Amino acid sequence: MLDFRLPSEYEDLRKTVEEFARDEVAPVIGDYYERCEFPYPIVAKMGAMGLLGLPFPEEHGGMGGDYFALCLTLEELARVDSSVAITVEAATSLGAMPIYRFGTDEQKAEWLPSLTSGEKLGAFGLTEPGSGSDAGALATTARLEGDEWVINGTKAFITNSGTDITGLVTVAAVTGTLPDGRKEISSIIVPSGTPGFTVSKKYSKVGWCASDTRELSFQDCRVPAANLLGERGRGFAQFLRTLDEGRVAIAALSVGLAQGCVDESVRYAHERETFGAKIGTYQAIQFKIAEMEARVHTARLAYYEAASRMLRGEPFKKQAAIAKLVSSEAAMDNARDATQIFGGYGFMNEYPVGRFYRDAKILEIGEGTSEVQKMLISRELGL
Amino acid sequence: MNIVVLVKQVPDTWSERKLTDADHTLDRESADAVLDEINERAVEEALQLQEAHGGEVTVIAMGPDRATDAIRKALSMGADKAIHVSDEALHGSDVLATAKVLAKAIGTVENVDLVIAGNEATDGRAGAVPAILAELLGLPQVTQLRKVTVEGTTIKGERETDEGVAFLEASLPAVVSVTEKINEPRYPSFKGIMAAKKKPVSTVTVADLGIDASEVGLSGAYTQVLEAAPKPPRSAGQRVEDGGDGGSKIAEFLVGQKLI
Ligand SMILES: Cc1cc2nc3c(=O)[nH]c(=O)nc-3n(C[C@H](O)[C@H](O)[C@H](O)COP(=O)(O)OP(=O)(O)OC[C@H]3O[C@@H](n4cnc5c(N)ncnc54)[C@H](O)[C@@H]3O)c2cc1C
Ligand SMILES: Cc1cc2nc3c(=O)[nH]c(=O)nc-3n(C[C@H](O)[C@H](O)[C@H](O)COP(=O)(O)OP(=O)(O)OC[C@H]3O[C@@H](n4cnc5c(N)ncnc54)[C@H](O)[C@@H]3O)c2cc1C
Repeated sequence: MLDFRLPSEYEDLRKTVEEFARDEVAPVIGDYYERCEFPYPIVAKMGAMGLLGLPFPEEHGGMGGDYFALCLTLEELARVDSSVAITVEAATSLGAMPIYRFGTDEQKAEWLPSLTSGEKLGAFGLTEPGSGSDAGALATTARLEGDEWVINGTKAFITNSGTDITGLVTVAAVTGTLPDGRKEISSIIVPSGTPGFTVSKKYSKVGWCASDTRELSFQDCRVPAANLLGERGRGFAQFLRTLDEGRVAIAALSVGLAQGCVDESVRYAHERETFGAKIGTYQAIQFKIAEMEARVHTARLAYYEAASRMLRGEPFKKQAAIAKLVSSEAAMDNARDATQIFGGYGFMNEYPVGRFYRDAKILEIGEGTSEVQKMLISRELGL
Repeated sequence: MNIVVLVKQVPDTWSERKLTDADHTLDRESADAVLDEINERAVEEALQLQEAHGGEVTVIAMGPDRATDAIRKALSMGADKAIHVSDEALHGSDVLATAKVLAKAIGTVENVDLVIAGNEATDGRAGAVPAILAELLGLPQVTQLRKVTVEGTTIKGERETDEGVAFLEASLPAVVSVTEKINEPRYPSFKGIMAAKKKPVSTVTVADLGIDASEVGLSGAYTQVLEAAPKPPRSAGQRVEDGGDGGSKIAEFLVGQKLI
């Protein structure tokens, strides 16, 4: 039978994170955002709650949950704030997951306990100044010299890569040429603080201001040969897998932002009076909010379904791309409408909707632009 | 050290709370029900003591069926097992009956060293259950604590009141109640939430505890609520302009209200 209700353990988790976001994040995050400061105390609390270990087994210090538990958490966090949500998303789905999925037993033992507990954060360095959507066009190189990889190149827009608690960046690099002339791409674990690995200062961003995004450069940066993640030449396949999953996570995060817009708008529509009546009594406002609710509802169904296929081990590439496409657009549309409903106050940074507006746009860009999602969907349709 | 924590499910302070028209008891259906925050702190304190001294933590709740949600939350924070006293006959119980039932329920747990309660429930706000309970159990009561330590068979506590801080000591077993200053309760982890599903919860009735149904509930209460009216909306208040005599004007106002 079709049943869209959450099993009780997921519902309990959702409620716990909802409470946490309301009581611990909402009251303080505006200040961090304003100052473009990374919210270390919030991250520490999330670590203590196990939010950074959700999809990992207990033997690695995780919570023994799954990717859907992570998605629900991202949704509830993003309902209040996206910087905090993307910090968790990048740390788990992009930072720790590749190590858990592709790493050797030694790599897992070395890194996972500190990553799943939130003591350290992991980052994933794929994008470069000259390659984003066409990730395979990356130019960073790594050559094996004796028992060391020597890395040279630049990475752009890497989340979580320069915090005080960043432990490592998994770097995608060209490690040779295949017999057919194509690039051989591999992933290499580079611990923070390795000589030759420089983290630039934070970008000045339109949104996600309390999250950490940096440009990274590698100049004859040497790491042990054993830092190769999984097999040599598997880098491309690894990041495709990582990004397919990541799309479902970003969809969940987008749904959270879109829901936050509905929450705030309903509240404000009950409060704000113009021309002698609450603005919520005007059909123009009611219909706007009804459309917002319809968008967030359908987007949520899309990501739930993509996640359920992923958990059952079925192909989910198309569903993930659809979920990411529709939910990031729902977030953008809802942020625009919520800001409109708030009038001038919506343009003020001190109101959550002001933050939602600034945070929504990146959702149509990061982890595959909307155009890339459409490419993936068309490809799945045999076009 | 075996600890019993008394937890109550109460209407969420974030939602609107009201009384039923029928019998003036709290309308528990109309509001979201949550584990009382003061009881989250009581559970937290029990877990910290358990981490330091070992033993088992049992939660006991008296309340309707859906109080299982509050119980599950306490279990997902880390408590080991639970007793849920659930019985139609309990509807409308007063403080005495509540304490009597809780005392009997505590009696079913073996080798209890410490009972921890909140100092005051956010709905009933009697602030009396822990003290009555201690009398019924014949145990020392160490109430209103902002700090608790256990050394051997001695419990030490700091009671903070308007008059100052009292340093209390009693020998175990004892009944303790804690204030909101005691600690910051942990959030349950997903691991804790999953584990809670497998923890034992025994549901018992008033009869199971050897109590006659007529001693509890509305009929067994020593007092009766005859009438209830919603609190009138707050009036606008009075503005005092300070033209040099602001202080005496405020004093006059307070005298008028018989406050000084
Ligand atoms: C805040 C932030 C955090 C980020 N975090 C990370 C991170 O942690 N790790 C990481 O590796 N990357 C990260 N990124 C990078 C992000 O994934 C890329 O910016 C994104 O994939 C787009 O790549 P690009 O910026 O190079 O755009 P481009 O690929 O240059 O695209 C430019 C435009 O052209 C369109 N386009 C490109 N190709 C086609 C085509 N074939 N058909 C139609 N349209 C096309 C795109 O959709 C887009 O509109 C982050 C980015 C930001 C802004
Ligand atoms: C509208 C209304 C009218 C009332 N009228 C009367 C009345 O006329 N006469 C009368 O005597 N009482 C009356 N009560 C009080 C009542 O029934 C109490 O709610 C109940 O007896 C427990 O008291 P309390 O919750 O205030 O406990 P408190 O003494 O404030 O609670 C302290 C602690 O005791 C523990 N505890 C209390 N109740 C439970 C429980 N059910 N399960 C587990 N632990 C518990 C908790 O640890 C709690 O933090 C009324 C309550 C309401 C809401």
